[in-house]
Amino acid sequence: MAAHLKKRVYEEFTKVVQQQQEEIATKKLRLTKPSKSAALHIDLCKATSPADALQYLLQFARKPVEAESVEGVVRILLEHYYKENDPSVRLKIASLLGLLSKTAGFSPDCIMDDAINILQNEKSHQVLAQLLDTLLAIGTKLPENQAIQMRLVDVACKHLTDTSHGVRNKCLQLLGNLGSLEKSVAKDTEGLAIRDVQKIIGDYFSDQDPRVRTAAIKAMLQLHERGLKLHQTIYNQACKLLSDDYEQVRSAAVQLIWVVSQLYPESIVPIPSSNEEIRLVDDAFGKICHMVSDGSWVVRVQAAKLLGSMEQVSSHFLEQTLDKKLMSDLRRKRTAHERAKELYSSGEFSSGRKWGDDAPKEEIDTGAVNLIESGACGAFVHGLEDEMYEVRIAAVEALCMLAQSSPSFAEKCLDFLVDMFNDEIEEVRLQSIHTMRKISNNITLREDQLDTVLAVLEDSSRDIREALHELLCCTNVSTKEGIHLALVELLKNLTKYPTDRDSIWKCLKFLGSRHPTLVLPLVPELLSTHPFFDTAEPDMDDPAYIAVLVLIFNAAKTCPTMPALFSDHTFRHYAYLRDSLSHLVPALRLPGRKLVSSAVSPNITPQEDPSHQFLQQSLERVYSLQHLDPQGTQELLEFTIRDLQRLGELQCELAGVADFSATYLRCQLLLIKALQEKLWNVAAPLYLKQSDLALAAAKQIMEETYKMEFMYSGVENKQVVIIHHMRLQAKALQLIVTARTTRGVDPLFGMCEKFLQEVDFFQRCFIADLPHLQDSFVDKLLDLMPRLMTAKPAEVVKILQTMLRQSTFLHLPLPEQIHKASATIIEPAGESDNPLRFTSGLVVALDVDATLEHVQDPQNTVKVQVLYPDGQAQMIHPKPADFRNPGPGRHRLITQVYLSHTAWTEPCQVEVRLLLAYNSSSRIPKSPWIEGGEMAPQVETSIEGTIPLSKSVKVYIMPKPARR
Amino acid sequence: MPEIRVTPLGAAEAGSTSHPPSCSGAGQDVGRSCILVSIGGKNVMLDCGMHMGFSDDRRFPDFSYITRNGRLTDFLDCVIISHFHLDHCGALPYFSEMVGYDGPIYMTQPTQAICPILLEDYRKIAVDKKGEANFFTSQMIKDCMKKVVAVHLHQTVQVDDELEIKAYYAGHVLGAAMFQIKVGSESVVYTGDYNMTPDRHLGAAWIDKCRPNLLITESTYATTIRDSKRCRERDFLKKVHETVERGGKVLIPVFALGRAQELCILLETFWERMDLKAPIYFSTGLTEKANHYYKLFIPWTNQKIRKTFVQRNMFEFKHIKAFDRAFADSPGPMVVFATPGMLHAGQSLQIFRKWAGSERNMVIMPGYCVQGTVGHKILSGQRKLEMEGRQVLEVKMQVEYMSFSAHADAKGIMQLVGQAEPENVLLVHGEAKKMEFLKQKIEQEFRVSCYMPANGETVTLSTSPSIPVGISLGLLKREMAQGLLPDAKKPRLLHGTLIMKDSNFRLVSSEQALKELGLSEHQLRFTCRVHLHDTRKEQETALRVYSHLKSVLKDHCVQHLPDGSVTVESILIQAAAHSEDPSTKVLLVSWTYQDEELGSYLTSLLKKGLPQAS
Repeated sequence: MAAHLKKRVYEEFTKVVQQQQEEIATKKLRLTKPSKSAALHIDLCKATSPADALQYLLQFARKPVEAESVEGVVRILLEHYYKENDPSVRLKIASLLGLLSKTAGFSPDCIMDDAINILQNEKSHQVLAQLLDTLLAIGTKLPENQAIQMRLVDVACKHLTDTSHGVRNKCLQLLGNLGSLEKSVAKDTEGLAIRDVQKIIGDYFSDQDPRVRTAAIKAMLQLHERGLKLHQTIYNQACKLLSDDYEQVRSAAVQLIWVVSQLYPESIVPIPSSNEEIRLVDDAFGKICHMVSDGSWVVRVQAAKLLGSMEQVSSHFLEQTLDKKLMSDLRRKRTAHERAKELYSSGEFSSGRKWGDDAPKEEIDTGAVNLIESGACGAFVHGLEDEMYEVRIAAVEALCMLAQSSPSFAEKCLDFLVDMFNDEIEEVRLQSIHTMRKISNNITLREDQLDTVLAVLEDSSRDIREALHELLCCTNVSTKEGIHLALVELLKNLTKYPTDRDSIWKCLKFLGSRHPTLVLPLVPELLSTHPFFDTAEPDMDDPAYIAVLVLIFNAAKTCPTMPALFSDHTFRHYAYLRDSLSHLVPALRLPGRKLVSSAVSPNITPQEDPSHQFLQQSLERVYSLQHLDPQGTQELLEFTIRDLQRLGELQCELAGVADFSATYLRCQLLLIKALQEKLWNVAAPLYLKQSDLALAAAKQIMEETYKMEFMYSGVENKQVVIIHHMRLQAKALQLIVTARTTRGVDPLFGMCEKFLQEVDFFQRCFIADLPHLQDSFVDKLLDLMPRLMTAKPAEVVKILQTMLRQSTFLHLPLPEQIHKASATIIEPAGESDNPLRFTSGLVVALDVDATLEHVQDPQNTVKVQVLYPDGQAQMIHPKPADFRNPGPGRHRLITQVYLSHTAWTEPCQVEVRLLLAYNSSSRIPKSPWIEGGEMAPQVETSIEGTIPLSKSVKVYIMPKPARR
Repeated sequence: MPEIRVTPLGAAEAGSTSHPPSCSGAGQDVGRSCILVSIGGKNVMLDCGMHMGFSDDRRFPDFSYITRNGRLTDFLDCVIISHFHLDHCGALPYFSEMVGYDGPIYMTQPTQAICPILLEDYRKIAVDKKGEANFFTSQMIKDCMKKVVAVHLHQTVQVDDELEIKAYYAGHVLGAAMFQIKVGSESVVYTGDYNMTPDRHLGAAWIDKCRPNLLITESTYATTIRDSKRCRERDFLKKVHETVERGGKVLIPVFALGRAQELCILLETFWERMDLKAPIYFSTGLTEKANHYYKLFIPWTNQKIRKTFVQRNMFEFKHIKAFDRAFADSPGPMVVFATPGMLHAGQSLQIFRKWAGSERNMVIMPGYCVQGTVGHKILSGQRKLEMEGRQVLEVKMQVEYMSFSAHADAKGIMQLVGQAEPENVLLVHGEAKKMEFLKQKIEQEFRVSCYMPANGETVTLSTSPSIPVGISLGLLKREMAQGLLPDAKKPRLLHGTLIMKDSNFRLVSSEQALKELGLSEHQLRFTCRVHLHDTRKEQETALRVYSHLKSVLKDHCVQHLPDGSVTVESILIQAAAHSEDPSTKVLLVSWTYQDEELGSYLTSLLKKGLPQAS
């Protein structure tokens, strides 16, 4: 049977082919059209059934069409459209028309008339909708042509009365996207009445189909996005839609109300059923707040999100959102927050709660209680208690935004944020801690609030704890008990989770420096000093003791009376810690000791800063000395590099610039040294050994240039040019040295050609910057380019050699902001003597925790490298989710690395380090030639490599042989 | 007039009608739920609860009220149980097996699973411990449960051809549901008990905009607006944590189901988060059995549990273990959940007596305690308790009160009313005084009428159900062709014939109706004579009438026929001389019934006379 069917299929197929042969003969079109459309035409003619035609069209749609042949293809499609009876094929053609009109470089105004024509005769609603979609594509392609836009709007208006929701949807979409913004333009297009697009769209707010209502609101929002100012009358219409039966309508309506409230925040609207009037933004705020308790969570999320961006709302309304009038049996009741506050202010905090403590107080007037329509009342209370965590997160975010703009609100929302620290979903907890940190400038924590905050320190999630440490870094505490409490809880945290050590120390550093006067009275107790007795000297290696000292020393920085309270060993410990943990312990003005380095007062601007001046001067000195004797230049360079390196160590804010310049100078130095080699004076074959030095120099320069290009953030195009130039010089050097040390000419051919390609590529990439490279190596090289292209390799090498010697020293302009990327592996610490034991062939997971500074796009660039003792190296790509972003320019990598190896007899160390992977094509500016489809030279673009980013850490492991 | 009747059922002492309705509790009573609803000729019983406060006949509803004589099965179309609390399902075996009912009983699956356990437990206490007679037996519970039909959330169940019911999530306890009962276009929503704020194991109640004729809602907290749940949770956790940290023991007396699970989840997640080591125990028996069901009915829990159960079922407690009697004496910190909740008997009281002496320990009462129980005494501050055998127990341990309740507060009730948009609201399951306040609020803010019937009192609502009428496509298209598109805001007039045939309504064009009914068409014509003072000839008068009408009726087709008569559309006007007075002409105006409007306008126009010829 199957065979029979197959046969039949073939029969039909062959028959069709014959027919098509005849038709081709009669068609003239084929000869004039490009091949693309011809192929399509043949296919379409071949199709016997609509299903066939559809198949051909689908196949056709998979391949792109060039801009030149689009029009031809469109003609073929239209021709077929007129003949086609099956709506599904027409639908596909219509959609293809839309796709084709989007082709870059094709102006679709020529097919618009046809599209409108076929639109008028179309009966199928689906096809109509698709055609309108096509028109939308055409219209958006021609944003300048007012006449076409007017015409399309006209078409859309005509079809607005269609019975199918799909058609009406598309019409509204078209109106929203193309509806004219200025009415004055309409004058020259006579015959077309000026249409008030807003009014037309507004009429469809009450359409019977919810999808059309949604589309109408969306179209209105689209108008707003295109810069058309919406009328205020829309506000009332939108308010009615808030009680729509369908969630998507309500959701869109909330957005529209928000938009209008931002447009007319100050206009006055009446409150229904009363004579009062309020500002529109307040009214809108109340309405959106009401939607926070909507039945659909989608709407709730939308409403909660938008609340955050309504900053003009008056504080009275804002504070209502946190107020939920409590009552019990019709009597007013205070919230737990109010009670906590009262207890605190009356001085009997933590007295414990008694039965009836929350007993309701005064009677409430039943008439005055308003159970729902109280506008903003309690919106956030509801939002934060919502069932869906999406709503809760949105509410927390909104709280954050509003609190940042209003300090009084920040104070009020504190209690609620603190409550969110106990949410059941970790994400929400984390979000609220971050929020709290962002608003912490505006607030001071009460002791009871601090208590709740600190309770979270015991959380088993590391993220939560670290977020909390960050929060504590910038929190204001009001009392000395608060500080003490915080310290005690942090120490508890330290004993429970010793890995938090660094984070806790850092936290205490800030806590101390922010509250010196509060720490002062605590010092004797913290150091356990006694007026009469000498107490035992605490263990210097105890992390808890170090934590206490960090707090005290940082407080002492601004509190000169504090050191008087220290005992002798404290001073000794200070000296030790100042050396070992200098980033945590500040320099103190201690009695009988000279301050080692006076801190630069912060009010000096960078230009006046002496160290910055020093940097500038030393660089200028180098750049001015261009044609000195080589010996002098070398010495000067060496000294300057040394100076810069030392400067970078001393002044952390200049470290980036200093390092960057030093690296550049080192490259230059290497180049000069290489050119001073004796090898140049002697006949090549005799000095094979020395050539190693020059080659090594060339290689090192290359490496350094990659570092300069990829390891620094803030490098601009003008620096990239210089860096590439330096690399080009290194390559030239490489070529020359190789030419001198290799016998035979054949390998040189390839090398020369490659080098010239690179010069060519350099010229293409940096054509705009070439004028700045006057007199440089490349400038001269380009002058001689025509000669080089035709010259023999030996000659090329000769020319290069002289040019390299003559080349001048390019001035490296310093970028505004430059930072060197760096990484530190916190964990594994590499101190353990106990090897990680695991069965060979199986894997062991190694926790890696590292901080990254100034690394751009770490998700793609940072890799972990594991070096086994046998020389085997493994590169591991961490998951994007393993990177966290705790602050600008900083990243945190917490990941697991899987180690495995065959059995060893002894435990041995593997090295773990971070690498920065680079891909040179990502940096190089795209030249129009490459985009234009011409093949880019493969030499430069594909260079990929890695730069070590961190020091390597040794991990002791021991793969045991598997037991049988 | 079609109507909906709702009657909260009175207690079993009925017959003695001397009781004033407000006393007999009932609709206005937190004790028990049992409501009879008649809608569209169908009778439905909502919940079948018992009163925990009585131990005689009064604890069950008065089923004799339903039918004076005759079988319940014949009268009731179905019984719906909203959730497994005994005040909502406790009388079910008595009702179905002892009074006799064989119809379907609808409840959700978790309710179906947990309900028999509770009933059996209750029966044991009543019969085995208190020795009551005339009580249902285990076999009766089993037989009763065989009549149960399980429903899913949002599943529309056809009870019979006309009656359908649909369950919505109510949040109150596992498996609690609100039910929509619908007959034709009339519908009633019964909420049972519900909770609008989510808790640690259940989500919030939700209903769509179903716009029922009547919403029957509970009103336990009619006059309360509650504080945020988070403060309470935080306080609770802090208290427990502090006590455990200083080495004390925490006793939490709970009832077996509902709050116990919520608190378990709360503590379990807290232990997990804070990495605490102190053991948590819960009493074996009922709670253990119930936890088993909680593990199974994950779709009925809240978002967090639903989303994470693939990794780990939250009800599979890691830190919470079953309690053994011997553990109470072991040293070190621990937390124990023990039944019953009011410290009046059983395990919780035993442990309390052991631990009360140390001030390091703590007891947390998570709910309300009835007067007379130990729980109530210690909550009201009593420090020396007299136990049986004249022992005096000195209470040194800390006593805390935490209210965890799963009913909607006043705001929640209003929110639900707002969501469902009912035409009428009926309050049950609350205290009369408090309900009065809520009633007033509902009427004021939603402008719907609100009822609060006492036990045995019937509320009758007349409804105006909409009756669907089928319209023939031809007629509709004809009307469409005549005018513009239908405008939602303006009513349109449409001529047609309504045919009622076997409770089936159809609107068809009159021609088709005639054809279908086999009738011939009769024409009805009105004629009217208008006397006109005109001395001219008939012909001329007719001409004058023609020109006058032509100028007045611009949108109509006015014609002057050769025989001297004038037509306006289908209206015929003929002029004739008056037989007696030749100076008066008589205009004969004749129109069909369909043109009544135009015809009467014409006559009134003609009666005003013709304008003077100029």
